[in-house]
Amino acid sequence: MTSDLITSLYVAMLAAFVGFEIIHRVSPLLHTPLMSLTNALDAIAVVGAIILVGEAKSGLATALGTIAIVAATSNLVGGFMITDRMLKMFKASSKPKKP
Amino acid sequence: MTAPLVTEQAIEIIYLISATLFILSLKWLSAPATARRGVFAGEIGMILAIGATLLYRGIVDYKWIVIGLVLGTIIGIPLGRVHMTAVPQRTALSHAFGALCVALVGTSEYYLRAPDVPKFMMSVLSMEVILGSLTFTGSLMAAGKLQEILPQRPITYKGQNLVNIGLLAVAVAVAVYLVMHPGDKILFPLLIVIPLLFGVLMIIPIGGADMPTVISLLNSYAGLSAAAMGFVLDSKLLIVAGALDGSSGFILSVIMSKAMNRSFTNVLFGAFGQVQVSAAAAQEARPVRTATAEEAAAILGASNAVVIVPGYGMAVAQAQHKVRELYDALTKRGVDVKFAIHPVAGRMPGHMNVLLAEADIPYDKLLDMDAINPEFPQTDVALVIGANDVTNPAARNDPHSPIYGMPILDVDKARTVMVIKRGMSPGFAGIDNELYYLDKTLMLFGDARAVVGDLVKQLGGEGHG
Repeated sequence: MTSDLITSLYVAMLAAFVGFEIIHRVSPLLHTPLMSLTNALDAIAVVGAIILVGEAKSGLATALGTIAIVAATSNLVGGFMITDRMLKMFKASSKPKKP
Repeated sequence: MTAPLVTEQAIEIIYLISATLFILSLKWLSAPATARRGVFAGEIGMILAIGATLLYRGIVDYKWIVIGLVLGTIIGIPLGRVHMTAVPQRTALSHAFGALCVALVGTSEYYLRAPDVPKFMMSVLSMEVILGSLTFTGSLMAAGKLQEILPQRPITYKGQNLVNIGLLAVAVAVAVYLVMHPGDKILFPLLIVIPLLFGVLMIIPIGGADMPTVISLLNSYAGLSAAAMGFVLDSKLLIVAGALDGSSGFILSVIMSKAMNRSFTNVLFGAFGQVQVSAAAAQEARPVRTATAEEAAAILGASNAVVIVPGYGMAVAQAQHKVRELYDALTKRGVDVKFAIHPVAGRMPGHMNVLLAEADIPYDKLLDMDAINPEFPQTDVALVIGANDVTNPAARNDPHSPIYGMPILDVDKARTVMVIKRGMSPGFAGIDNELYYLDKTLMLFGDARAVVGDLVKQLGGEGHG
């Protein structure tokens, strides 16, 4: 195993722990937005697809990569949009009374 | 040749900033007050990362990248605008898209690199493609069931688990062989096709009530496959994002499985639907007490503390806005109204909270199970709207009940219980709910939206706004 690989394994291990610690604190109230937000963040996979398509090493890579970009981008755009829409709806009760 | 090297390092640093922003994004999501800032942090992180990637000097052709980004945006915008009741299927669909991206990139990487793939690389690549493929079809199936394109009823047959586990074992065996002989390109499609089939078969036995667990599990798989892709591409940013997503899905799966009293291995192996219990056939019609909207409204109006227990029935009837009117009418009379949210109420984690927030009910009135249960003994009326098994006292009292041990909302401890329900049909587990036969229970039969509307009318809460 290369030292690069070991570094990656450390990164994965630490990120998983950070994830556990942070996500445990998310109120059950926000579990749906949590899922749509992590899904949007997961769309960072688009970065891999962009490089794959950009390097244009084979026709197969370009074709599959382009579909991958479409899939990830739609998650990214849709995921952030709907998360924000949901969060906008959550209001505390101490708001001023409507006229 | 220092210029390209500088760019390379700059890109890596920007990725590091993005990863930090992603972690902050989830950290800020922990409370409603800071949550929107969390979305903003995530967006900035994403834009930075994509922008930096476009500077990568290995990119020789931008045409297809631009086409992909534009097409993805065009598809993404309507997906971001779906109605709140469609959020569960939208979420399932986005898991499918995420997994599709990962599986396709993994496949391309294999064909670019084979036969020169080191053992560890081939192992993660196989994991990436297997998880990605099964999550893709599994999530599509889940979305289809949630959208009611596919039958929601679980389909089971003899030896189902054996077939499923067998299929997965074959896929893993092929993966192991490919790790040893990465040059046998002809076998690689099996790593895609078998998991695609497995994904379909995995979801076939799942009923609607199991969806919260399944969606969480698919969420976790999608994250894990993305993390595996991070290893293949040596992208620490992707590893971080995948690990965050994976652990989030994992935590939610654990919460959901606990809330349904399923063991975690039960969840991990996807053996969901098998609680198709001996639905006790010998159920003679037992007497229940019914009430008219007028009587119920009089009791509600005269009480001090009311707890509303929403379930999937409320979502199906789209009754959340009427529930808001009821909340207003009661609050105006000085009644203290709270909502009791069971973790698996609805079709995905947090489903009820989103629907009630959409109807403008303040989130501090939405209490989770542990917070609300001690309050039921002091509650005058517990009003159950379209929830069933999560209120069944048999889970506490009857060791023979299939749902015995499942944590429930202690609705039966309230002074009066009202249940809005279409008819006397049992819940997903096919078991009768003892709650309905208690002396203190009043049944209000009918469509949730119509019944709640009648209650509001009786309370004189209509005509404003």
